[in-house]
Amino acid sequence: MLGKRIELLDAEKTFKARSGPVQALRPIRLAIEESSFVSIVGPSGCGKSTLMNMIAGLEPTSGGEIRLAGQSSRKPQEGNAIVFQKDVLLEWRSVLDNVLLPFELHHITWFDRRSKRTNRELAMELLEMVGLAAFADKYPFELSGGMRQRVSICRALIQNPTLLMMDEPFGALDALTREQMMYDLLKIFDKYKFTVLFITHSIEEAVFLSDRVVVMSPRPGAVVRDIPIQLERPRTIDTRANPAFQKHVQEIRDVFKAEGVLKEV
Amino acid sequence: MRLGRSMRALSVALTIIGLMALWQIICWAGSIPEYILPPPSDILLRMIEDADSLYRHSLITLWEVFLGFAMAVVIGIPLAILLVYSRYISQSFFPIIVGIHCVPMVSLAPLLIIWFGFGLLTKVLIAFLISFFPIVINTTVGLRSMEKEMLNLAKSLRASSAQTFLYFRLPKALPSIFGGLKVGITLAIVGAIVAEFVASEKGLGYLQLMANSQLDVTMEFAVIFTLGIIGIGLFNLVGWIERLSMPWYHATRKEAD
Ligand SMILES: Nc1ncnc2c1ncn2[C@@H]1O[C@H](COP(=O)(O)OP(=O)(O)OP(=O)(O)O)[C@@H](O)[C@H]1O
Ligand SMILES: [Mg+2]
Repeated sequence: MLGKRIELLDAEKTFKARSGPVQALRPIRLAIEESSFVSIVGPSGCGKSTLMNMIAGLEPTSGGEIRLAGQSSRKPQEGNAIVFQKDVLLEWRSVLDNVLLPFELHHITWFDRRSKRTNRELAMELLEMVGLAAFADKYPFELSGGMRQRVSICRALIQNPTLLMMDEPFGALDALTREQMMYDLLKIFDKYKFTVLFITHSIEEAVFLSDRVVVMSPRPGAVVRDIPIQLERPRTIDTRANPAFQKHVQEIRDVFKAEGVLKEV
Repeated sequence: MRLGRSMRALSVALTIIGLMALWQIICWAGSIPEYILPPPSDILLRMIEDADSLYRHSLITLWEVFLGFAMAVVIGIPLAILLVYSRYISQSFFPIIVGIHCVPMVSLAPLLIIWFGFGLLTKVLIAFLISFFPIVINTTVGLRSMEKEMLNLAKSLRASSAQTFLYFRLPKALPSIFGGLKVGITLAIVGAIVAEFVASEKGLGYLQLMANSQLDVTMEFAVIFTLGIIGIGLFNLVGWIERLSMPWYHATRKEAD
């Protein structure tokens, strides 16, 4: 199965704030190929979340068009799954029930005839993959921040997405958990081959994970660089030591320096 | 956790016993006459002596409280849902609700008596009117407490508006709703007693009024103690239902304590 292709045709966004209009995104023209892993990096407030929300159909565009798999899209589409910056687990549901929520909302009884898997088993498999099978019956408050975010990733994956969008999903995690989550995510990506739109502050994270890194300017956001990452997959712990990795990281730093985002004293 | 709860019950009991003992000592040491402040031992004896009458009148008051409170829940919660979902209703009805709440019940009671007589209905209505407000307010606040992120999650999962309500908004509001119910149940007791003061020939309020007219201060205190026990009991009953329906919530609070 293949991921969705994303096309932004001069999609832009201006918020109507009380103090007057706020331009968050300049018209953006961007195409993301099916089944590729694309990261968006940019300074805080440059409109990354807004961009993702527009693609997800959660925020209307103020101009231009967004196409998903060739179709013009304005509403949340089937096959889109989102991992939000905050895990947004439902505190009143067990871990397993949180993962099963998308099925429950659509009255889907998932029953693959060949493998005879039920919804529950599928959810358990996902939890197993992220190492949380033993916590299936616990409530979210019994989990650490990293565990909670892994549950929310399972909740996204169970939708069998063709487009996975993640808005700084590891932002709240400590460095070690964060690194482990990156390896897990790459493993999942290699297995499912959906399209991934990954939003992050971290240059290293973007380079390590992506096929392409899109660099944005400060607000009003615009694409200032679009960098294909030439690093083989699968990526491993040693990838960071690769000179090509360092070169890409430096390249993006230089863009931020030129944009005035990073200043030396 | 079980041990924790029984420890808490024990500490509450010890505190009450301690306060009673202090009261008893003050009465003795200051040789305060019984018609001003009777010692707790007398009050407790009186409660045992008149247990039968206290019990009968309690049942009547409890019934008024229950009906008034039930009415407040049955009307208050749906109204709160309407307030949250309809801009028109929230703008036009809300000030009226606030206005009604600001009128002291003692001044409404005579009117209600003219309309509905001295019977049960008047008392139930007063208990309802006074407990209704915190239930509506807390439910409204709770239903409005859903954050943008959760709404975005619901939207991205393509939940219908009924599903958004049932799966997200309502459970999110439960802690706040129960907060309102706890305040509501205690106010319903206040309402029922006020109503019985104004118009009644039975109930704990009536019993206290009678005792007062006979300068039977010990009996007055016996009624007050009974009311206290009823209040604590009903409050804890709501708390118990709260714990049963939200196991996830209390555990979270405990961590925070
Ligand atoms: N509802 C809104 N009304 C008005 N302005 C808004 C609104 N939402 C966002 N903005 C503005 O749009 C800009 C982009 O916001 P956005 O949340 O997309 O930034 P971001 O790149 O995701 O930032 P961060 O990395 O800090 O999450 C910000 O400058 C913000 O002030
Ligand atoms: Mg953001």
